[in-house]
Amino acid sequence: MARTRHVLPGFRLSLGFTITYLSLIVLIPLSMLVWKASTGGWDGVLNTITHARVIASLKLSFTTAFTAALVNGFFGLLTAWALERYSFPGRRVIDAMVDLPFALPTAVAGIALVTLYAPNGWIGAWLAQYDIKAAYAPLGITIALVFVGFPFVVRTLQPVIADLSMELEEAAACLGANRWQTLTRVVFPALLPATLAGMTLAFGRAVGEYGSVVFISGNLPFKTEIAPLLITMRLEEYDYSGAATIGVIMLIASFLILFTADLLAQWNRKRTGH
Amino acid sequence: MAAIIDIHPAKHRTRVRRATAESAWSRWLVISIAVGFMGLMFVLPLVVIFQEAFRKGWDGYIEAFDDRATMHAIWLTLKVAAITVPLNTIFGLAAAWCVSRFRFRGKRLLTSLIELPLWVSPVIAGLIYVLLFGAQGFFGPSLKEHGIKIIFALPGIVLSTIFVTFTFVARVLTPQMEAQGQAEEEAAMTLGANGFQMFWRVTIPKIKWGLLYGIILCNARSMGEFGAVSVVSGHIRNKTNTVPLHIEVLYNENQFVPAFAVASVLTLLALATLILKTLTTTKRGAA
Repeated sequence: MARTRHVLPGFRLSLGFTITYLSLIVLIPLSMLVWKASTGGWDGVLNTITHARVIASLKLSFTTAFTAALVNGFFGLLTAWALERYSFPGRRVIDAMVDLPFALPTAVAGIALVTLYAPNGWIGAWLAQYDIKAAYAPLGITIALVFVGFPFVVRTLQPVIADLSMELEEAAACLGANRWQTLTRVVFPALLPATLAGMTLAFGRAVGEYGSVVFISGNLPFKTEIAPLLITMRLEEYDYSGAATIGVIMLIASFLILFTADLLAQWNRKRTGH
Repeated sequence: MAAIIDIHPAKHRTRVRRATAESAWSRWLVISIAVGFMGLMFVLPLVVIFQEAFRKGWDGYIEAFDDRATMHAIWLTLKVAAITVPLNTIFGLAAAWCVSRFRFRGKRLLTSLIELPLWVSPVIAGLIYVLLFGAQGFFGPSLKEHGIKIIFALPGIVLSTIFVTFTFVARVLTPQMEAQGQAEEEAAMTLGANGFQMFWRVTIPKIKWGLLYGIILCNARSMGEFGAVSVVSGHIRNKTNTVPLHIEVLYNENQFVPAFAVASVLTLLALATLILKTLTTTKRGAA
């Protein structure tokens, strides 16, 4: 492999350690998932994935994560634009706060969100006047997933906005475009790949989210039971192969999502020239 | 459309808007939407945590920590972080070193695999260790023979926490080290330093702020991990309940003041992490 001599030392040592640690902690344990899912045989796998409760939970996980990604695409684009292009009081504080979902434990976010959105909470009481149920309903799950996915959209977009060349916008203005035309025909097409990439990452993070969702969701089978929760239920029933099968489905979904994000990143490089 | 006249009597001046800027009112609209969204989604939950924690005043807040199970959970969490963070820091340094300093076949695959744990559901991160070491797991029977307990015990909690926080140090260091380049290291080697001297005297001082932020982030995440730990811990009070699991127990028992009081400690840790990130941004040479 590495036949050429390197100037700097430590190639074999660092690569060897990286691969060993990666295999022990990540790759070998993850391969257990496939092994255990297959112990039930094809019938076992089919039994698990055609189970109405499994289908309902997967559908719920994916639709709420998708809705949350759409919401994050809109607000993330506006926030990233405001942070990069405008100066306003509190800009640095807002910029730092974007990373809150990375740093705040999910369980803490979970109990804070359910307290806010429960029927007697600050926002929940207000929503209840309009007969909107947030906590213990799919809406609450979506809100929690918006919270966890938001930084991915903003942090993907910020460097792209910062690197946008002003010349294109100046050229558009010189050619007689008004600001709105410049934004919709020049700026937004340039930001589209990065926006979609950020949304895909937010979606990927949200699909598997557990801690911030289980408190607000209410966990009713067929109604507000997300797929990761169903895995824990299967484990408690000692149905290891059932749990592993749902796990494999979610793992495959994660791979596809990451692959999509990678394709979008390549598209972004092509479009913005970076 | 091009000019906006400020009619404030105190300062008669005309501001001309640049052609590549939005009008004042649309700027104002975008900023208020962004700030409003952040306030609703991010600030309000933080306010709620402290409001609920101090519902019974300072005394109630302090009282919340005067509890054996709470102190045990804090002690266990400190132990888990003390094992997890050094291991993942060593890994992060090794991974960042080989990825940022060398070109080799399969590098892209390696970087993707290093990122992978970030995208795996925390529940799956717990599940895989149950499948390996649980009673019905791959190594389950032989572990039982030797009387070794991994699942529902400290080793399982540590393993799943390592998995969940696997990426963070490497993720912070790799882009920083790529951006900084390797001229100084090469100079040190040319001047006769050995690998160890080069690493301690050149590389570590170059990356110290990124390393500090990576460690703090890894630490915050390992102390706050919930999903993965909840699968492997078994929720045994005074034995395998970490702080986040203990918060869940308190919350489900309707002990809201203690639950939020304990949560507020983790919240302060998260806020300290964010402040450190902001302070080290320029020093890390990050965007």
